[in-house]
Amino acid sequence: MSETTAIPEIRARAAEKKSPRGKTFAEHALVQLTIVRFLETLREPEALFWIFAFPILLAAGLGLAFRNKPAEVLKIAATSRAITQSLQREKLLAVQQMDSHDAEEALRTGKIALLAVPGENGAVTYRYDDTNPEGRTARMLADRAVQQAAGRVDPVHASDEILREPGSRYIDFLIPGLIGMNLMGSAIWGMGFTVVDARRKKLLKRLVATPMPKPYFLLAYLLSRILMLVLEVGIVLGFGAWIFHVPVRGSLLSLAAVCLIGSLAFSALGLLLASRARTIEAASGLMNAVMLPMWIASGVFFSAQRFPDVVQPIIKALPLTAAIDALRANMLQGANLVQLGPQMGVLAVWMIVSFVLALKLFRWR
Amino acid sequence: MPAASSNAALRVTGLRKAYQDVVAVNGLDLEVRAGECFGLLGPNGAGKTTTVEICEGLTVPDSGEVELLGMHWSSEAEQLRQRLGIQLQDTQLSEKLTVHETLRLFRSFFDQGPGADEAIALVQLEEKKNSRVGNLSGGQKQRLALACALVGDPDFLFLDEPTTGLDPQARRQLWDLIEQFKSSGRTILLTTHYMDEAERLCERVAIMDNGKQIALGTPRELIASICAEHLVAFSAGAKSQSLDLPALRKISGVRDVRSEKGTVEMQVTELHLAVPALLAELTRQNIPLTELSTHSATLEDVFVSLTGRHLRDE
Repeated sequence: MSETTAIPEIRARAAEKKSPRGKTFAEHALVQLTIVRFLETLREPEALFWIFAFPILLAAGLGLAFRNKPAEVLKIAATSRAITQSLQREKLLAVQQMDSHDAEEALRTGKIALLAVPGENGAVTYRYDDTNPEGRTARMLADRAVQQAAGRVDPVHASDEILREPGSRYIDFLIPGLIGMNLMGSAIWGMGFTVVDARRKKLLKRLVATPMPKPYFLLAYLLSRILMLVLEVGIVLGFGAWIFHVPVRGSLLSLAAVCLIGSLAFSALGLLLASRARTIEAASGLMNAVMLPMWIASGVFFSAQRFPDVVQPIIKALPLTAAIDALRANMLQGANLVQLGPQMGVLAVWMIVSFVLALKLFRWR
Repeated sequence: MPAASSNAALRVTGLRKAYQDVVAVNGLDLEVRAGECFGLLGPNGAGKTTTVEICEGLTVPDSGEVELLGMHWSSEAEQLRQRLGIQLQDTQLSEKLTVHETLRLFRSFFDQGPGADEAIALVQLEEKKNSRVGNLSGGQKQRLALACALVGDPDFLFLDEPTTGLDPQARRQLWDLIEQFKSSGRTILLTTHYMDEAERLCERVAIMDNGKQIALGTPRELIASICAEHLVAFSAGAKSQSLDLPALRKISGVRDVRSEKGTVEMQVTELHLAVPALLAELTRQNIPLTELSTHSATLEDVFVSLTGRHLRDE
């Protein structure tokens, strides 16, 4: 064994080699871990679909379905010629004259909202369903037309000025909801699946066997999330602003702050959910169990106010509710960071508690 | 540092580790000398991987002590990590990264060592430099795993079953690479259940079974310890029932005879005398041979002679 090296010699060599020439920025472990994480996400076509294409498709579809149409013309019918003529004065009503058999049929099948039938001495009877808003509106419009035709003069002269402003439509409500949902989904899935997959493949164990500082690994996840964040929020927001003219009334800076703290809170939650699971199935069940209630209760698609008052405090404490409320307040009402304080606070608490717990529970192998 | 330890790169004393109801390592002592390639041999479940992972600082032993490069995991973990090259059993590196990206990442954890390109050249993966890990063959993946272990220019290299599951050509290629690393004077601890691998690469081997060391020495010493240079195996077909085994033991130059599933295995010192004598004896017993083979004794035969079992009982 001519090559035998004694231990003191090895230690000396180690000391001598340890005159690092200094690493460039790109050679730093944290930078490398972040780059690698980012590349892995970009090379996952399915993930890219869910992060980028899905919210846009959803926004486009729902935006079309619930677009505000010009005030609708209501279809009604009358069985006498005189009433038909009086009703035609009202531009918001489309009046048809029918014989009573056809008219009854049309009313029953919902083809018309109201049927006006002449009574004795020039009286009129309106037949309609009072639980149907269209029926009630038709009743008001039809009666006004009939009364005015009979000579009624309104004591006050009124005129209309029509305003259709962005900010109060369904799409304006929806886009912040979708951004919030996307923040949650991409952070929790992005964290959860990749961490559990790396654990399953023993890649975590391999990394722990290197001198890699462990916090760097988790930090790199958060940093690469912030990189992705710029893209994923930017695309949905840009799409909403460009196609639907969804307003952003608050400052972009506070919007960025909301997105950042929201994404970090969800990432921490994702890390917590993935901190122990050894299989994708276990992690995925856990993640869905956590996210599903929030999809429903946190007001992505409809206002969270619809739920009973008793559960409102719980709903308000959910991170997705806080994120979406803050996004809506910023985009639609122009709220500043001070006004968003409560929501930011809720997100900060979720972030800190989840991250601390995740660090405690995290299993590297 | 006591003078006695100056030549031991790794010293393990009284190591014990139990999982729930299985005792994986049961009072193990080991010493790996600086500059040697030391083989830890044994069947699956012998406790090799647990031992190695304790030495690598990945598993905490129930009791016992590990001194590695003169340092201890409890106090000098960070310095130790910088000095070690580790290849774990069945790690799957990220499939979406390229060979170069993977090595650049691993290199970033170490203070010094070859660059990513240099490491790629070291394991001859130049033409796969920009391929995704997911597109590599099994042998190429193992070479990449080896390169990941080498990027820190380690003084001590742990290889846990580096060639398991590889085809013969890929195994030989990996052996060449390990021999190259050896020739630079660094220390290697290698686990394997391939005896040919240990014979080819290791200066000394320890054979483990049931969490304990059952033999230690150079491959040559261990083979010599069973006092037989050759193994003769024959099969007598249907007539093997009527075989007179004690008579075979009396043939000169025969050390041991064992019969298993119709095949008789004999440990033999002088092949040129034993074989004619065996043929004569079989003729006398009127038993026809259906098969006869001989081979030089290997570490596998050492294991069989020590435990009565083959290394891989499939």
